Amino acid sequence: MNGSRTDRRRFLALGAGATLVTASGLTVPAQAAGLPPTPTMRGGANNYRAGAAIMERIGGGGFTMEGRVRRAGDGAPLAGRRIQMWAHTTEGHERDWESHGATLTNEDGLFVMDMPQIVPAFGQAHGHLAYDADEDGAFGGGGFETVFLRPLMSSPNDKTLFVDFVLTPA
Amino acid sequence: MRRFAIWAGLGALALVPVLLAAWSPYLAFRQPVYIVAGFAGIAALALMLFQPLLASLLLPGMSAARGRRLHVWVGTAVVGLVIIHVGGLWITSPPDVIDALLLRSPTPFSAWGVLAMVALFGAGMLALARGWIGVRAWRVGHTLLVATAVIATVPHAWLIEGAMEPFSKAVLLAAALFTLALAVRRRQVWRVVWRRRRLERG
Repeated sequence: MNGSRTDRRRFLALGAGATLVTASGLTVPAQAAGLPPTPTMRGGANNYRAGAAIMERIGGGGFTMEGRVRRAGDGAPLAGRRIQMWAHTTEGHERDWESHGATLTNEDGLFVMDMPQIVPAFGQAHGHLAYDADEDGAFGGGGFETVFLRPLMSSPNDKTLFVDFVLTPA
Repeated sequence: MRRFAIWAGLGALALVPVLLAAWSPYLAFRQPVYIVAGFAGIAALALMLFQPLLASLLLPGMSAARGRRLHVWVGTAVVGLVIIHVGGLWITSPPDVIDALLLRSPTPFSAWGVLAMVALFGAGMLALARGWIGVRAWRVGHTLLVATAVIATVPHAWLIEGAMEPFSKAVLLAAALFTLALAVRRRQVWRVVWRRRRLERG
């Protein structure tokens, strides 16, 4: 449970640092070197249903699942990578096909999915995300190791969740 | 008057958390089997409040024989409710329950729940074997197992972000710990251990 918060904090710190560096006109390429990969979280793959369609919105939407996908080591943003997400929401259980959707990252490695509001289930308000190398292969990717995440929301009333993927080249 | 106050107080302690949970907005987004599983857990917790009082005959207006008989029935009900709790959760989301039972769940409350369940089942099986074991083994064993079950239930229930309203949940958990302590003190289970030591020495 602390992992996701740490990741998020680390991401914010990194982002703030990167903004400062960019704004000041200084470039320090060495800073990103050694960016550690995101490990698969315990329970991350629970109720995963491989092969959800690429879509703009899951169900009626209202909750924003967003994040960034980067390469381990140099931290380069990864464009066009397929990320799947699912959760227990106001519209369905994790196992329901209607609760699953996938999207591709843009040129900055960012992804956004509009999905129904996540509701606490099995004791915690949490989402599920997957970078599945096999599924990504269909989109010209698949060159990275599969990662399953299970980030926690800091409050069940949150309307957004930011998730960081740092992938290891396979 | 005192008798009425005790029963009314106990009834409120047990029923108010269940009623508040029934008002939870989360229920609208759950399937019936998930709701039943959750409420089986809440009901088991509420019944735990009475078990030590029945065992130590601390309830007013109840004969010893009736108290003991009711203790057996309520204990059986708690075991049955926990089976429904785990079974219903399994139907709702098998991988989450398998993770919990294998002690590899990401949620910290799961391992406490498994510990409470194992201790509870152990206490029940010991009750079935009561005729074959000595009175000391029975009293010490049953007390240790049910105490483990109640104490482990506290972090299990408290850490869950679910249908239960937090304040009423905290009060019920504190009350369950209190009745457990009351019964252990009243029954003076440690005495059978001391007595044996004294006998062995002498």
